[in-house]
Formats: sequence, structure tokens, C-alpha cells
Amino acid sequence: MPGLTDMLKFTFGPADVTALASGALYLPAQNLLCVSDLHFGKSERLARRGGTLLPPYETRATLDKLDLDLTRTGARSVICLGDSFDDLAAADSLEEDCRLWLTRLMAGRVWTWVEGNHDPGPLDLGGTHRAEVTCAGLIFRHEGGGAGFEVSGHFHPKASLPGRGAKPCFLIGQSRLILPAYGTYTGGLRAEDPVFDALLGPRARAILTGAKPLLIPRPR
Amino acid sequence: MIALPAPLATYFANQGWSLHSHQTAMLARADQPSTLLIAPTGGGKTLAGFLPTLAELGATPPPGLHTLYISPLKALTADIRRNLRTPIEGAGLTIRVEDRTGDTTYTQRRRQRADPPHILLTTPESLALLLSYEDAPRIFAGLQRVIIDELHALAESKRGDQLMLQLARLDSLAPGLRRIGLSATVEDPPALAAYLGARTQIHLADPGPDPDIAMLITDLAPPWSGGGGKYAIPAILEQVAQHKTTLIFHNTRAQAEIFFHNLWLANSDDLPIGIHHGSLSREQRERVETAMTAGDLRAVVCTGSLDLGLDWGDVDLVIQVGAPKNVKRLVQRIGRANHRYNAPSKALLVPANRFEVVECQAALSAVRDHALDGEPRGPGPRDVLCQHILASACAAPFDADALYAEIATAGPYATLTRSQFDDCLDFVATGGYALRAYDKWQRLMLKAGKWQLRDPRAAALIRQNLGTIIDIETLKVRYRRQMGGTPLGEIEESFAATLTKGDTFLIGGQVVRYEGLNEMNVEVSRSPGRDPKVAVFSGTKFATSTLLTQRILQVFQQPTWPDLPRHTAEWLALQREVSELPQPGRLLIESFPHDGREHLCIYGFAGRNGQQTLGLLVTKVMEERGHAPLGFVATDYATLIWGLDPVLDAAPLLNLDQLRDGLEGWLAGNAVMKRGFRNVALIAGLIERSHQGRRKSGRQATFSSDILYDTLLKYDPNHLMLAITREEALRGMVDFSRIEEMLTRIDGRIDTRRLPRLSPLSAPMFFEPGKIPVQGAGRERLAEDAARALLRDAGLD
Repeated sequence: MPGLTDMLKFTFGPADVTALASGALYLPAQNLLCVSDLHFGKSERLARRGGTLLPPYETRATLDKLDLDLTRTGARSVICLGDSFDDLAAADSLEEDCRLWLTRLMAGRVWTWVEGNHDPGPLDLGGTHRAEVTCAGLIFRHEGGGAGFEVSGHFHPKASLPGRGAKPCFLIGQSRLILPAYGTYTGGLRAEDPVFDALLGPRARAILTGAKPLLIPRPR
Repeated sequence: MIALPAPLATYFANQGWSLHSHQTAMLARADQPSTLLIAPTGGGKTLAGFLPTLAELGATPPPGLHTLYISPLKALTADIRRNLRTPIEGAGLTIRVEDRTGDTTYTQRRRQRADPPHILLTTPESLALLLSYEDAPRIFAGLQRVIIDELHALAESKRGDQLMLQLARLDSLAPGLRRIGLSATVEDPPALAAYLGARTQIHLADPGPDPDIAMLITDLAPPWSGGGGKYAIPAILEQVAQHKTTLIFHNTRAQAEIFFHNLWLANSDDLPIGIHHGSLSREQRERVETAMTAGDLRAVVCTGSLDLGLDWGDVDLVIQVGAPKNVKRLVQRIGRANHRYNAPSKALLVPANRFEVVECQAALSAVRDHALDGEPRGPGPRDVLCQHILASACAAPFDADALYAEIATAGPYATLTRSQFDDCLDFVATGGYALRAYDKWQRLMLKAGKWQLRDPRAAALIRQNLGTIIDIETLKVRYRRQMGGTPLGEIEESFAATLTKGDTFLIGGQVVRYEGLNEMNVEVSRSPGRDPKVAVFSGTKFATSTLLTQRILQVFQQPTWPDLPRHTAEWLALQREVSELPQPGRLLIESFPHDGREHLCIYGFAGRNGQQTLGLLVTKVMEERGHAPLGFVATDYATLIWGLDPVLDAAPLLNLDQLRDGLEGWLAGNAVMKRGFRNVALIAGLIERSHQGRRKSGRQATFSSDILYDTLLKYDPNHLMLAITREEALRGMVDFSRIEEMLTRIDGRIDTRRLPRLSPLSAPMFFEPGKIPVQGAGRERLAEDAARALLRDAGLD
């Protein structure tokens, strides 16, 4: 696997995992890539609701990133951890070239869509559709808070070093790992937020995304 | 000439008031479609503007909106309402005067729409909102006159451009509408008149006597570098004691804070002195304003927040600390003293360092010669136009040809081409993307030849986002455990992000200790220390105007300097002896070794932003040529670059085409561009300020606008929003236009002087602060030691 500076290996519960600087989580033993909160079709949904007309390029920007991560890790399995689409209608109105692109990425891979609050139903795109998945002794679900060693998304955590802008981040607690939002048009919830206290417990850590993943204590 | 109603004329006579000649002139010009009155502060401009209205309304006018008054300041509308009501009520006229601003209650605003007063006082933002309602044609159908106060100030920002578009709309709603623009003295009255409208006639009032203005001479010479004028505090306190009320202006909030803090430490007579600037909480500012009006304060330390507006009756001295970067602003500030017509204002300039002595001298001569600066205005910005198109659609479906014709009557948009207009319309309707993704969800749809909102419910959200004022992202500062209490003030979020627990800084003249961030509040505790570790928030940094830099170059050309204090004259003479003084029409570059490094000092006089951009671009060229530059610092006059290798001929580094190529690459990834993009995107309506009545936090907006910028740059680099952002950056923060102007002016006449050591003129550059303008005592001492050593080397001690 190429590029050693833009990934960070650590042990989470029973599994060895790797945080990629892009915001994806890679499990080498399973050759599995997990990404959360892709929010495909966000600009289209905002426009549909009469809001502003944002640059309609976020789906291809996210696909660009995902394509690159899949190529460089060579992952054969993929888990999309919920809120993959900004809503179910966004999944249906995906541009034709983006649909083909996604189909090409899915071809030959074991692809699982975990459902999220934005996309709580089956998708017309192939792959498996699940409420949650167990793999490598870990439970993958959209919103964390359950039992076991859990990998989740949903909150779009972000954090910053003093004097720097906030970046999407991984949050690592004793039994919970929360992934950053992988989608291009996603805001975030600061890692200091009290909602993370109960989820992560004391002595939690954060990994900032960016050019290089940076491990820091979870900001409080 | 139209006459005043008899009761009003009698009232004026009983009060012993007689009209100034420019006030009667406005009555004589009452029928002109558009008049620009230029009169000095204290000349009764505003009353002059209202006289034709009072004359036309008469003693018992019929109901309906007659006159709209627009001011840049909310506080000013309230003040004018009180000032107008005095004669109206005194004369027993039944004229209704009301104001309407962001502070007006919902009920009051609804009532004003149903039953408008005779005279409505408002701001450009509130007017934009009124015009976006469906019933705007009914409200404004009978409007006769519109008065724009402080037009010169409005014309300096996008608020003015927006207002001119609104006036064009009012002209369509109320044909025959007459305009009066009121302005302080400006450098180019015909340009401002054209801005107000094609048929504008100018009336110049008697400018009054010349101000009594001088440099404050102190026993102690000003320091070699730095700002703030701490050395002059004893002399300033003496002046305060000798006058009734003094306004002490500073160029930045940070300097005002530090100065105020030091002033208090030196204020052994306990003179009541207050502080007023834009970062203080509204309550705190109002407290100072009230005390000021009541005559309870002997001095107020302030910034541009007091440039305009309220009448401080008793001010008899204005002190400007730090070189005035702009003569027009200086003249305005001087006008704050002695608000009486035909009495000279008294002002003192306090240079903060040795170079500023020359600057102050140049400014004094400019004021005496009545020379005013001002950069020529560019065409009306297109992000404002996008917002106007969107707001127009909120009011009613529109015909594109008619809207274009209407917009082209607005002064700033007189040269707008149809294709530029169509680009803006396309952006508003479809997003204007190369990828036509929004056919189904266009914002505006063409139906039966007219453009209208696809979803009429969107109007409410669009209205919440009207206006061109972009708030700087700030956080409130509060004492810990007093969360309900009055905030101490606000600091810029970018400054807050640099603080770590235990850092001390100044706010409202007090040293506080940073404890942490709680939600959107900066929590602090009282700090016993006297010296803050870090300075406050950056504040506004003005670039010195072209006029002033030219005059400074002229001062340099004098054979001797009898007008300057001796220390400064000797400094310039020494520079002439060991090197040379910069000349107009040539570019001086000094190259010298110092302290183990090679240095290059480029005296471009292109303003701080321009010199900074020059530094970035020249070091880039140097890097390419293997000169190994290590860093640079920029002031309004020069850029000092240090590195490992000497540059003996600097001319090849300053090739305009090469610099322009460098600019293309550098601009795209620049933080300045991202900040500019956010403002453009907010104004043009690409991103929203508020959602469902709740203001989006600044951080989220910054976050998402940076992503939008990167995405557009990658996938749609020719998009309208990027084109506008680029255009503005080149004029403003990046100021490449002044580099171009400078290089064209010198036309290759570049003199590289190789010197054995640093020159007297370059010496102060070594103390220029990079990011943080002021440091603690220890650092200051080190700097002083270093300063002494430097000065010894330069033969200056």
C-alpha cells in the first residue's frame, strides 16, 4: 500500500485499522475500506427545496476522492456507513455519468450500504443494504451509541489545533470510533461538543484529516 | 423659489435662526431632479436637505410618503428624527416623521407599510427590504423626494452601489422623484455627482475657514519604529487638560486599546477619559456616547467608529495619533472638532515613529493645499447586481429588458453591458455553471416573458440575506461565571483561535486572561498584570493613499528640511549622504549585508497591500533564480527581503510580465482570495447568512465557502463568482494595480545601490512587526537593545 505519511495505523478493540488522511478507514486484514456520510446529491437537494444553487460538483469531487482511495488501497470490500445520499430522491436523480462512475467502482467489490437518517431505505444501485454490519469483531452502524466495539459516523466531527482552522476528524474512544464525514459538502460538529463525552468516555483521542493525519487528544 | 410654510418661518425667526446661503440655495433648487450638496461638517447640511420637503409638505399635509431619508448609520436616523421633530413640533406642523431600521419593532414596521409617515428615515439595508415586498409599488407610488446623507461615505462601499440600484427602482415606481445627495468635502465632486445620477447638479457650500492644524511637538523624539504614540502620552494629557473635550483618533482598534491602557496608567490627574471602537459591546459604546453628550468626559480614545455621525457639540480638539493614511479621512476627523460653522477646527497630529514625522508633514501640506485623495472608483460590483436581481424577483416578476434599462440608469452601473447583465441573471436563475445541472430546479423561471421565483416560498429566505455588510466573524468576550452579564466586547474569531489558556490580552482598556472557549463566548478572568502578553485583534490596516505617498516623495526631494524636527531632518540628510532618497519616477533598491544575511530593500511606495504582494512575487522570482530568499516584511513604502545571497542588480526581478505570471499561480491558492470569495458569495446569494431566522455561525459559513471555492476552482474555474472575486482582490487586498501603476511609472528606471551596511531609511524596517503588532516588556527590551545596536551600525546614535 503506497504513501506512508498520509495514513495512521492503530489498534481499535480486536482489529488493526488505518486512518487515511482523506477521512476513510481501512482494515488491512479484511482489505476493507469504510467511508461515512458521503452525502451524494446535496447540492441537488438544496436546489430542489428552493435554496441556493451551489456548484453542482460535490458528487464528482467525492467520487474522485473515493476512486483514489480504492485504487491505492486495492480494497475489495466497501462499507458506506450511512447518509451516503443526502436523501432518497437524491439517489434517484444522480447524474448519469456519476451513476456510471459509481457502478464502475462497485463492480467486483463487496459493497454494503448501511442506512442512515438521510437515506433510510433501499437503493436502486446494487450492493447490499443493511441497518448494521459486523466484521472483524467490530460493529458498523450509522449513529453510534450501541454495544460492542463500534464504528460509526453521523456526527461529522471536526477539530482544530490552536491557531488553525477546523478539519474533519476521527474520534477514538474506549469502545467507539467515530468517522469524519467523507462527502465534499459537509459541515461539522466540534469535537469539544458534550454529546461526545458520553459516547467516547475519558481519554479519547482525535485524528485530524488533511494532508497528513495528526493524532491529538480529543479537544475538551 | 419655494417658500417655507409661514409657521415654520415664524418659528425660525423666534429662535433667532437664519438660514445659511447653501440652505436657501436648496430651496431655490427644489425642482431640480438631482442635486449634490457639498458642505463641511457643522454646516447644517441635513437641515438644508430637508428644507424643500418641509416647504412642499406645508402646515397640514395630506397622508402618504413624501420623502425618504437614507443614512449609513442607524444611530444617525434616530438623531435626525429628534432634530427634525424639534422645529416641526415647535412650529406646530402636522408632519409625521418616523425611522425604520433593523431595530424597529415588527408591529411598527407592519404599520409603516400599511400607513407610511410623511418622512421616513432609514438605511440602505432597510430600504432594500422594503423594496423587496410585493406592495412596494403602493408604498412608494406618491414619493416625491429622496435625501441621501453622507453620500461620500456610502459611495466608498458596496452599500452605496446597492443604494443607487434602489434609487433606480424608486425612479420607476415614482416618476419625477427628486434626489438630494449630502456630502462632506470630496476630491472629485463631478465623479460623485455622476455616481448619484446622470442629471445631478452640484452645489458647493462655502468650505469655511481653514483648520488650525499642526504636529504635536514633544520633548521626546518619536521612536524609530512601531505605532501607538506611547512616547507622546504626557504631551497629549497636557493638551486634554487644556481643552474642554478632546477626541483622540487611532488608525486601528489594537492601537486604540493599547494607547488607552497606557493613558490610564499615566493619568495622574484622573481626567475622565473613555474609549470607543467597533469591537466594544454596544452597551459599552452607548455608555460612552451618553457620557460624551452629557459633557462628562474630557477625552475619548476612538477609531473610525466616530468618523461619522452624531454631533458631539463640545469637542474643541482632535488629536490624530499615527500618521493619517488618507487626507480625506483626516479632514473629516478634523471636522469633528468645533461643530460650528465658520469656526476653525483645531487638530494636532502625533507621528508614532520617525518615518511618520515625514508622513505627517506631507499630510499637513496636503490639508493646507486643499488636496484630497481618493482612488478612482471601478464600475459597480456585480455581486451586488446579482443580489439586486434576486431581490427584484421577490417583489414581482420582471422583464429582463426593462430591468436592464432601469439598472443602466444607476450611476455605478452606467457602463454595464447587456452581456454582463445577462451573466448575472443567468447566475441568479440557474447558478451559471458550465455543467447545466439545475434545469429542473432553477431559482428563477421564465414564464410568459417574465422572470419569477420558481418557489415563491424562497422569498422569505432571500429577504433575510439582503444587504452588503459582511460581519467579521467575532466572538463575545465575557468574564467567566458571568455568562448572563454584559460582554466586555468582541474579538475576531481568527484572533481567538491563536490564544491558549493563560494568554493575556487587552480589551476595553483592561488586561484579561484567556480561560477558554465556551460555545460562542471567549471566557476570560481579570489579570493583575499590567502588560498584556499579546496584542488585540488585528483591526483594519489602512494602506497609505497614492496622493500621500507622492507627497512624501516630494518632501524627500527638498534640499533641506527646515519644517521638520531636527532629528528627522538629520536622519534624511544622512540617508542622502550614505545612499540616496527615493525619487518620483525612479525606483530605488538598496542591497546590503547585515547580521550575516543579505538584504534587499525595495522602495516602491505602492501601499502596504501592494508592497506585500510585491514581496510575495519578488521572493518567488528570487527563489526561481536561486537567490535563496529567507523572508520579507512590507510597509506602505518598502519591502525588505532577506536571504543568503547578495543581489547586485535587482532590475531583472521586477519584470512586470514575469510578476504577472507569478500572480496567476499564487492568487488561486491564496487565503485572501478565499476570504474575498466568501464575501462575494454571501452578497451574490450563493451562500446564505441566516436560515430559518437563525444566523449561521461565522465558522460554518467560512468552512463551507472555502470548500465551495476549492470545488469551483477545480471544476468550473471560469465561473462568475471566481471572476468577481479575482477582480476585487486585484483592486483591494492584493492591490496588484498599484504595483502595475508603479512599474509603469518608473518604466525601467531602477537604481540598485550596493551598500556596505544598512541605510538610515531601511533601519526602521527591521523592527516592523510581522503578525503580532505589540509584544510584552521582555520582548520590547530585546527590541530596544537590538534597535540601539542597529542604530549604532548605521551611525545614527
